[in-house]
Amino acid sequence: MTAELWRLTAHEAHEGLRDRQFTSVELTESVLARIKSVEPRVNAFITQTAELAIEQAKEADAKYEAGAATPLTGIPVGVKDLIVTKGVRTTAGSKILENFVPPYDSHVYEQLRRAGAVMVGKTNMDEFAMGSSTEHSAFGSTRNPWDLDLVPGGSSGGSAAAVAAGECLVALGSDTGGSIRQPASLCGVAGMDPTYGRVSRYGIVAFGSSLDQVGPIGRDVEDLATMLDCIGGHDERDSTSNPEPMPDLRHYLGREIEGLRVGVPKEYFMQGMEPGVTTRITETLALLEDLGAVVDRELSLPSTEHALAVYYLIAPSEASANLARYDGVKYGYSYQDGSSMWENMETTRGHGFGPEVKRRIMIGTYALSAGYYDAYYKKAQQVRTLIHQEFQEAFKRYDVLVTPTTPNVAFPVGAKLDDPYQMYLNDIHTLPAAVAGLPALSIPCGDSDGLPVGVQLIGDFFQEGKVLQAAHALERGMPWANRLPQL
Amino acid sequence: MTAVATAYETIIGLEVHTQLTTRSKMFCACSADYSGAGPNTHVCPVCLGLPGVLPVINERAIESIVMTGLALNCQIAPFSKFDRKNYPYPDLMKGYQISQYDLPVCHDGWLEITVGGEHKRVGITRVHMEEDTARLLHRVDASTGEGYTLVDVNRSGTPLMEIVSEPDMRTPAEAREYLVRLRQILRYIGVSRANMEEGNFRCDANVSLRPVDAPEYGAKVEIKNMNSFRAVHDALAFEVERQARLLNAGERIVQETRGWVDESQETVSQRTKEEASDYRYFPEPDLPPMRFNEAYLERIRERIPELPEARYRRFLELGLSDYEASTLTESRDRADYYEAVMHALNVDRQRAAKLAANWTLGSVAEWANATGNDVASIPVSAERLAELIQLAEDGTITGTVAKQVFDTMLESGRGARDIVEADGLAQVSGGDELTEIVRKVISENEKAVGDYRAGKESAVKFLVGQVMKATRGRANPQVVQELLVEELG
Repeated sequence: MTAELWRLTAHEAHEGLRDRQFTSVELTESVLARIKSVEPRVNAFITQTAELAIEQAKEADAKYEAGAATPLTGIPVGVKDLIVTKGVRTTAGSKILENFVPPYDSHVYEQLRRAGAVMVGKTNMDEFAMGSSTEHSAFGSTRNPWDLDLVPGGSSGGSAAAVAAGECLVALGSDTGGSIRQPASLCGVAGMDPTYGRVSRYGIVAFGSSLDQVGPIGRDVEDLATMLDCIGGHDERDSTSNPEPMPDLRHYLGREIEGLRVGVPKEYFMQGMEPGVTTRITETLALLEDLGAVVDRELSLPSTEHALAVYYLIAPSEASANLARYDGVKYGYSYQDGSSMWENMETTRGHGFGPEVKRRIMIGTYALSAGYYDAYYKKAQQVRTLIHQEFQEAFKRYDVLVTPTTPNVAFPVGAKLDDPYQMYLNDIHTLPAAVAGLPALSIPCGDSDGLPVGVQLIGDFFQEGKVLQAAHALERGMPWANRLPQL
Repeated sequence: MTAVATAYETIIGLEVHTQLTTRSKMFCACSADYSGAGPNTHVCPVCLGLPGVLPVINERAIESIVMTGLALNCQIAPFSKFDRKNYPYPDLMKGYQISQYDLPVCHDGWLEITVGGEHKRVGITRVHMEEDTARLLHRVDASTGEGYTLVDVNRSGTPLMEIVSEPDMRTPAEAREYLVRLRQILRYIGVSRANMEEGNFRCDANVSLRPVDAPEYGAKVEIKNMNSFRAVHDALAFEVERQARLLNAGERIVQETRGWVDESQETVSQRTKEEASDYRYFPEPDLPPMRFNEAYLERIRERIPELPEARYRRFLELGLSDYEASTLTESRDRADYYEAVMHALNVDRQRAAKLAANWTLGSVAEWANATGNDVASIPVSAERLAELIQLAEDGTITGTVAKQVFDTMLESGRGARDIVEADGLAQVSGGDELTEIVRKVISENEKAVGDYRAGKESAVKFLVGQVMKATRGRANPQVVQELLVEELG
């Protein structure tokens, strides 16, 4: 059985470790071998940490020996490269941080380490999480394991592709407007963006501070619950982290969904959607009904269409401030051949940032400028409140909202690189929940011409349990976790 | 010189930045007391602005600003928030400063000043909370002659309070008095060291002139780089004169920022309005808004000590002079010490008030001035000083001896009674011992005795002095003089 341990989900691997069928070192070695074999084609990692992983795997085995293991002990994980890891280079996909080795750990990595997880590497991403294809990385684009000519989605494309390709069993991503759910959908894996405030942002390289949230990517719903149980909960170092105690999310798994009230917002079924996607979602809704859920297909959320505009004002505005610290003075890439301090600082940023990051810094700077603030940033915040309220109203009547995760399946590398607006439209279905701060996940619900299609489940604030419950029930009706791409 | 053509009214408003004396910094756990520490030793990922860090509000700092607002008669906003102020500079670790824009913690207060006997209220527009920047040290490489700059991040993220006044001051003297009073209050409530020379109390001034009775303000000039109260006064005086001269010459005042140069005693232009920055303020997404309810305000209010103005009035009621009351209340330490001495004295209330004032403003103040220390750190406790005063008051020792004993107490740490007994300093109040000394002095000072007997009354003063010298001050001069007159017949 040791030959292809990398094929296991995290919970399957945990059982094997617990029952001493294999050790974490063996499991980790299997994953490292898999990385060696497929990584040249997938490019899911910016930095591989094989040595560290073996070290951590040995510690994990000792924990199993001592009877101190938890569900993530000894499990090989991938960590998105904007999650700060002490002593391990953290680039956020940017040249400007190409040499940045943090002197401290993020909260989520601390939590993973406490649980005894094994980090095999830092995964590739669009620079500073700005993108939907992982093509905007200073370290080369990641490829979709289902078809290497296609993008894996983004910005957590490295994490999603790594999980799909068996280069890690589970991974951490981050979601600002869809950066976990969209690549999960395109790579045929599960991914969850928790409620804003559920997971501490301490040590997450900031993009849009009021939107950023770390979440898990895995092969099935149980792995999502296990990961979120580990990383979620209050952290006093993040003042926006929710002080409520974390519920046991695994507790929600395996429950019936008889009578579950499901809302299907009409606005998510737009013109120009890929027919294969529509078909799969229609089937999924029918399955929900078979499972006893009450599905209302007539729900209308008219503010939905404004989420894109709101997002592309608020996120870049916050980013324009968050990225101001990268000036080459203190760390990271630093241009020093200029004739003045200002020239060095400006050239550092000119050379250090890629075109998409520059575009968003400019949008954000403009939106916050004197004379434009009211028309753009302030107006966007007002509309954000409306979107928020509209969802709150909906959750008085529904337990879960179900939509397609993306309007399309994975697209070819380069296809949308020169058309930012087409690229932005990829997140059209994931943006509203992000803007509202709601928990939402994507799980695979079949394929369209061999390419994965994802269904999105959105829950009320801090109701991750209900979302996972519904997703878990669905998943059992349309098993996908066993499907791995041929590589 | 032509005569001044127009009479102008001077309009002055002040912006004060003062560091709070909290234990930790504004948004991280680093110690905020970095005085004397090596550069970049009081730093952590948060105040260094490393990627991924988040701020956490220092609740003590918020209590301090609320207390300041209450002491300055401000309204405390029920709802307040932090904002990001965006500007790039190497002393700003995150590329933005966490500050407050449209909803400061405190607003619409006032502070009373007195100049030339005139009382006046200066409005406080707002008091807001922000973080301090790192310190830049500009150097020149000795070998190449090239300039370079070092960054010390210790100061980065320390809590800073900005106090903005209304343009209510009309003279440089009023501005100076405002600063004196403001500093006094901040020190009384213990929120800031408020020391301008140490850089933890900084002042920018806005000044403009307008013809008397003109309805609108003239173009204002902001003055920076003033490092003492005197500098503020002098810079304003210079600026008032400069602007009046320009206006009289028919020129326009340019709205600009000017820097005070201590060496040449003048202001020089730094930047004009056209170069002013757009700070692109927006609400800080990493920090939740703050809400202050009445119960919270009441808890802070209870912790505010008696403020200098109230204390001054109470001291006047004790029978102290205006000078005594105002000098004693200049610092809380001094006033506290004074009151402790007064309460420990076992004499009638008015006498106690006076005696304690004499000593606190006399020997105690002399010690403080000579050593440069605060009254609070004097080695003679208020109770021990009261014991000494009591000895002088009941005639056990003379006033002269009391001062000597005080010096001995400072040096030795011994008590007054102990010193008086051990050193035999009790008053010689007549009897054989004093008569003997008087006779001895008479026999040794024939000339003075002759002068006295020849009708020169003042010669007796000299003889009294000789007796006092012989007794090392232990005799009562009144008694000595009586004895002398008697002996000289």
